[in-house]
Amino acid sequence: MHPLLFSIIDNIRSLGWGGAFQLLRNGLVLGSLYALIALGYTMIYGILKLLNFAHGDVYMVGAFLGYGILTRLNGPLNLAIGIVPAIALMFAVAMAGSGVLGVAIERFAYRPLRNAPRIAPLITAIGVSFFLENSVQLLTNGYQYTYNPFELGKTGTEELGPLYHTVFSVAGNPVTTVQLFVVGAALLLMAALVLLVSRTKFGKSMRATAFDREAASMMGIDTDRVIAITFFIASMLAGAAGVMFGLYLGVTYYFMGFLAGLKAFTAAVIGGIGSIPGAMLGGLIIGLVESFAIGYVGGQWSDIVIFGLFILFMLFRPRGLLGSRAIQKV
Amino acid sequence: MSDQPNTPAPEQPGVEQTRIGVDSWVAESEDRQARTRGFFGPAARGWDASPDSVKLFLFIAVAGTLPFWMNAGDLFIYGLFTVLYATLGLGLNVVVGFAGLLDLGYVAYFGIGAYGYALVSSDHYGIHWPTLAALPALTAFTGLVGLLLGFTSRRLVGDYFAIVTLFFLQAFLVFTNTANPDIAGVGLTGGSSGIGNLDPLKFFGYALTSVKQQYYFFLAVLVLATAGLYFANRSRTGRAWRALREDPLAAEVMSIPVNRLKRLAIVMGAALAGLCGGIFAAIQTAVTSSNFTLNVLIFIFAVVILGGLGSIAGPILGAIVINVSFQFLQPQNDHPDIKRWLFYGAIVLFVALMKPWYRAVVVLGGTLAFGFAVHAIVSATAATSWTGGAVTDTGHASVGKAIADWVVIPNQTLHGGFDTYAYIGLVVLVCVVRSTSGWWRSLILIPTLYMTAVVWETVLAPSPAVTAEILFGVLLIVIMTARPQGLIGTARVEIV
Repeated sequence: MHPLLFSIIDNIRSLGWGGAFQLLRNGLVLGSLYALIALGYTMIYGILKLLNFAHGDVYMVGAFLGYGILTRLNGPLNLAIGIVPAIALMFAVAMAGSGVLGVAIERFAYRPLRNAPRIAPLITAIGVSFFLENSVQLLTNGYQYTYNPFELGKTGTEELGPLYHTVFSVAGNPVTTVQLFVVGAALLLMAALVLLVSRTKFGKSMRATAFDREAASMMGIDTDRVIAITFFIASMLAGAAGVMFGLYLGVTYYFMGFLAGLKAFTAAVIGGIGSIPGAMLGGLIIGLVESFAIGYVGGQWSDIVIFGLFILFMLFRPRGLLGSRAIQKV
Repeated sequence: MSDQPNTPAPEQPGVEQTRIGVDSWVAESEDRQARTRGFFGPAARGWDASPDSVKLFLFIAVAGTLPFWMNAGDLFIYGLFTVLYATLGLGLNVVVGFAGLLDLGYVAYFGIGAYGYALVSSDHYGIHWPTLAALPALTAFTGLVGLLLGFTSRRLVGDYFAIVTLFFLQAFLVFTNTANPDIAGVGLTGGSSGIGNLDPLKFFGYALTSVKQQYYFFLAVLVLATAGLYFANRSRTGRAWRALREDPLAAEVMSIPVNRLKRLAIVMGAALAGLCGGIFAAIQTAVTSSNFTLNVLIFIFAVVILGGLGSIAGPILGAIVINVSFQFLQPQNDHPDIKRWLFYGAIVLFVALMKPWYRAVVVLGGTLAFGFAVHAIVSATAATSWTGGAVTDTGHASVGKAIADWVVIPNQTLHGGFDTYAYIGLVVLVCVVRSTSGWWRSLILIPTLYMTAVVWETVLAPSPAVTAEILFGVLLIVIMTARPQGLIGTARVEIV
């Protein structure tokens, strides 16, 4: 038997049930972040049939916007305002900023290519992604910036700030406020999105545009506007995920969007691209797979495990778990 | 594709778009006439009339003289690397330009070729294959890897293939850099330090060790690849590729074996990249995974797209333009002032191409006046630290002085956030320029150009390496949205 398999079994034994719970908890938190980004991919793919490579970088910009607000408020240790309004402000600015960025990307990079051959907007998307990544690298000198979330709102002699207080423990494994907050906020945003898409008039025009853009525009739907708003919402979710990532893991750096985007896209594909519940499911699966792969196989192999999973899905179930079978119309 | 309406996009001034419903001969007749007029007319006519073989021989004749007037260092970065990128670009052009598949794992084949050469021709495992066995074996092996990945392309239309290959590149990087599994007691890929001490290329006991020899060898590979792809492009297979690229569904209906042709294109591109990788590794005498990152991929994409997707001469021209300007931007190859001349030259050229000519004059003059006015206002009203920043790397002191009197360069340590706001402001201004037209556009162009100069002097010029990467990203966006056929490709005309 291969030594890697031995080490996996060893890891499972030595980590035990407590370790398994930790991996499950980390996977759920990570998975809700991936799900938020994957939603953006799936929405944009659904409406434009475009793989928006720049989406991961919008998420990165969101994380930096949150960091910028945090430093404008005098940093995590001596916040100018209370911790709840501070976090709310970070979310508001990051979501609005990312949303505007998404709309600008759509307006200036994708809209001129609406009727171009399929490969043209894809190449443009790579260009946008590369532009955003390197612009942030230029402006941040390529440094990592840390939110120091464990110090956020810390008072007096406390060891950890309120975000890192233990809410409850399972067999001695703590679950902290920030972990609950990330999962809860992600669920809330997803619920809002589902309601928006399924219950409102705008959601209806969005679904119509995704189904058939030409027919939708003949029915009096301003498809350009619908697409722009879709980009706004998708990028907003990515920006929120960026701030959550900063609050949860603490660091933000210019290259973080690339891998996160790749994994979130995998999540969207595994769930079934174009399907909103599929993106959530796929995000959770990818988060759990990554977490367990890190724990049991080793951190250096986790990307390769996800890649393998992706290839398997591509070969045997390309429409994903909840996706509908694509029928090519002529 | 049925969900893409056939309505023409709204006409945007200055943006050349696919013209629908016009015959290509008619649509291009004006361009053809314009080409043969004017000062360069005779040269253009002669170039058009000469057969392709003559053009190739002209290129060989010019490229062959480089070693006679360049020193070894210049030949390495301007000559050898241009040839390397041109060959890589040709291979990528088969996949992206001929067959229309977005292969984002292309650099991984390049890396597999390089690592393959390192494994069979170094002391790492003590294996020393002769070059004549190693290079063909590598070429075949990378082709096989391409074939395996190509099997997934059967199900994968467009974007899915792009993401699978991108993930493949990422997995390759993680595998070589971090995973580095132990095989026979040694880490297979040497981790982040890579594998060193590779054998030089050696044919019949004659080792290619000097840059000059390596350059001629690589040039020969490029010429052979160019000729091979030229004939492949004109063959039945080449025509089938074009049909496949334009409309896969229609091609399939015409009984073209779509999947086999896709795989063939991927295998050919991969094999050429693998061959390049082997030669590259032998020339560098070392491989590390940092040679095969996303940046290299974007570089090759920029080469192919600038030259023109689907054209044979395109990647060569693109490689010359991009590699030479990229090397000028590198901090270690810094020539005094040359970055600045390139930058301001590009701006003046960009404005000078505006039509009609008096608009160009107004914009240029306006930008100059605007700059002096802003500088005067800032130095009169604000603290001296706002104009006290130093101009980076000047060759001539007078040029630096003139620039510092025109561009507002704040002191970086006192006004730390300025660069971020200036950069974002520039991006916003460019977006505004894009969405206006006519005289409004020219008017807004004036502060935009000035802002470009400010950002260049304060942010971009001090960190040229990242600037080059940003410019590649911008290049991809600008070329695809404004001139998708690249420098020498022909515009697509859809006949409805």
